Amino acid sequence: MKSPEQRSTDPATIEVLKEIADQDLEVVWDRFEAMQPQCGFGELGLCCRNCTMGPCRIDPFGEGPSEGVCGATADIIAARNLIRMIAGGASAHSDHGRDVAHTLLAATSGEKSDYQVKDEIKLRALAAELGVETEGRDGRQIGREVAEICFEQFGQQHGEVVFAARAPEDQRKRWRQSRVMPRGVDREIVEIMHRTHIGVDNDPVNLILQGVRASLADGWGGSMIATELSDVLFRTPGWVTSRANLGVLDPEMVNIVVHGHEPTLSEMIVAAAQDEELLELAKSKGAKGINLAGICCTANEILMRHGIPLAGNFLQQELALATNVVEAMIVDVQCIFPSLGKLTQKVHTKLISTSPKAKFPYAEHIEFEESRAFEIAKQIVRAAIENFPNRKGTPHVPEHTSPLVAGFTPENIFSALGGRYRPSYRPLNDAIISGRLRGIAGVVGCNNPKQQHDACHVGVTKELLANDVLVATTGCTAIADAKAGLMCPEAAVEYAGKGIQEVCRAVGIPPVLHLGSCVDNSRILIVLSNIVAEGGLGESIADLPVAGSAPEWMSEKAVSIGFYVVASGVYTVIGEPLPVQGAPGVTEFVTNGMEELFGGKFAFESDPIKAARLMIDHIDAKRAALHLPGPMYEVPYAPIAAGEAVAAS
Amino acid sequence: MGESKIYFESGKCLGCHSCEFACAVAHSASKDLHKAHLEDELPVRRRDVELVEGACLTVACRHCDPAPCVDACITGAMRKDPDTGLVSCDLDQCVGCWMCVMVCPFDAVQPGKVHALKCDMCDQREGGPACVEACPTGSLFEATPQQFAETVAARKRTLNAEAKK
Repeated sequence: MKSPEQRSTDPATIEVLKEIADQDLEVVWDRFEAMQPQCGFGELGLCCRNCTMGPCRIDPFGEGPSEGVCGATADIIAARNLIRMIAGGASAHSDHGRDVAHTLLAATSGEKSDYQVKDEIKLRALAAELGVETEGRDGRQIGREVAEICFEQFGQQHGEVVFAARAPEDQRKRWRQSRVMPRGVDREIVEIMHRTHIGVDNDPVNLILQGVRASLADGWGGSMIATELSDVLFRTPGWVTSRANLGVLDPEMVNIVVHGHEPTLSEMIVAAAQDEELLELAKSKGAKGINLAGICCTANEILMRHGIPLAGNFLQQELALATNVVEAMIVDVQCIFPSLGKLTQKVHTKLISTSPKAKFPYAEHIEFEESRAFEIAKQIVRAAIENFPNRKGTPHVPEHTSPLVAGFTPENIFSALGGRYRPSYRPLNDAIISGRLRGIAGVVGCNNPKQQHDACHVGVTKELLANDVLVATTGCTAIADAKAGLMCPEAAVEYAGKGIQEVCRAVGIPPVLHLGSCVDNSRILIVLSNIVAEGGLGESIADLPVAGSAPEWMSEKAVSIGFYVVASGVYTVIGEPLPVQGAPGVTEFVTNGMEELFGGKFAFESDPIKAARLMIDHIDAKRAALHLPGPMYEVPYAPIAAGEAVAAS
Repeated sequence: MGESKIYFESGKCLGCHSCEFACAVAHSASKDLHKAHLEDELPVRRRDVELVEGACLTVACRHCDPAPCVDACITGAMRKDPDTGLVSCDLDQCVGCWMCVMVCPFDAVQPGKVHALKCDMCDQREGGPACVEACPTGSLFEATPQQFAETVAARKRTLNAEAKK
């Protein structure tokens, strides 16, 4: 068994793991270690279960079968499996987007709804973009039409997904040339399932191109709809300060942890947790108050809009329960361990599932309805309060928390650079052009027990910062960086190069910018498009000195994100390799061939320092191609060939 | 007749656990994958796939010579066949004292409900050991010690020749 220090670098995680070491509480690392070794056929992408002539698997050593029963080669099998992962990921994000669109529709049409449009400025901007008449119409009328247009994106059969128009022209041209411009969100996902059925598409590259098309329908479709309409309904985030890590739990208060992904219910829980009557009830049970905290992307959603603290990321969900002070964990969809239910049999926490799409063993199911949202939120908070007297066991709340500043969006990040009244990307572009900022990196993704928890997120981020690469982040990486103290403005002085320090000091931003949940990776696409539009850094996203990374990814959603980011022109280094390495043709296409078509490609590197340096090399190469100077200040990882490349060109 | 053993080449093992699976089925009442997991007394596998320092390893009885389990057996149930080299447990004589379980250096003998359970090389099975048959990469293979020694020697010669190039 690995020691707590080998499992994680996060001090709070280590502390709780030590506290529970002699208890009969099983956590994800225990199950991961029991699962070793894991099947190499699966890891290499060489097993196929798509029909019952199989299961089939290809022997990568060449002695056993080299084709499945149907004749599918390693490349065909791996490509089919890979794009089915994209289908899963794009479905998850997009169904989330669909739900938000539904909430907006209900809020703005005659239906009874507890929701309303909170950000009419964003709504009107969206309406103008979508060609919706705004003159003389109120928010409800406009909202309804915007919701309908967004809704239509899912079932649209031809044309182009509407928000794809936000991408630079050059990128869109590439998509049309490769025939991957997404037509409708659902259509592209269904087509993956069709093409991967036995005996349909058996050209590995053609298969992957359909995966690309579905992933673009996610990033520039479903996910973007989720982000935009969440902003309309719940308000576009603004800068907030808060704290992160398990230490935000308060033993003297009723602790409610929201976990999952969609903001719809958690927004109401935030309101219910401030309800006078419920606060009185909490006090009558002997608690000092109600303390709300989040895990995973639900946490990011309510952090960004309300400053609710982050209890932890993906691998900490069980540890939150093991602190013995969480009265209720409220879950909706995605990344929620089924193991939580069994764990609640040993601690006092109530697990409350809320989505008709996601039920869990041993959970109490209080189904969420938009028409009675506030009432249900109060019912859930009340259930948590009633559970306060049932506490048992010693509280194990680690002291660790880190301060953070979050709430950045494409609308507000760089407006800060230009000042409140002169919002513009110009100062950002100029900072890149001059070499004060060497480039920008998106570091995003999950946690994976295959890596030391948080070590790779924080390792990649720190190496980038030290080399004057500004970092934008979302999801569980954002939570890891926040816990590591990288998200407060002072972090620039401690971790970043001189160039970033100057920018952060001038503007008052942290060196790592929290852009939100995993559907909010769509915000990164918009930032990149805005940088291109501002001018001076090339014609497409592929020209920009930027790179992406998902150091600890594990989910199908991450595969979809990876593909839309790469197909949008961004070189992306991921920790765990895609499960395609037993298929040479597929590996070659995703790590090389894609670049010619889209300007971006994947690289696999699990060592955080090496991964960051691959990204920096790429950034330097892009700078050289744009005839930009090297970094303005001395950096620990100096450009290798940039000077020569500039001289040669 | 030479003594035949199951050998293992670790570099080829992908950790798919097919050998464990096949072993359990071969030691079930039905010998049928689709029924074995429904039997009242679930079959017990005699082989384990483990991860040791990053390499996959599948471990079962080595049919040692001399075999510590045979020496330790108080009833004489555990015996080594002088002709085939097979170490097997006579279930009629085994009283479940678990001395064999304790002395096995490979942790390859398991306490069953009543008797000691270990690899029997599938000696009653048509087609030989189920694990070897199930191995998709040829990582597990059956050979006599002589054949194995020859394979190793041949491999060494090839490697040396390549190294010289």
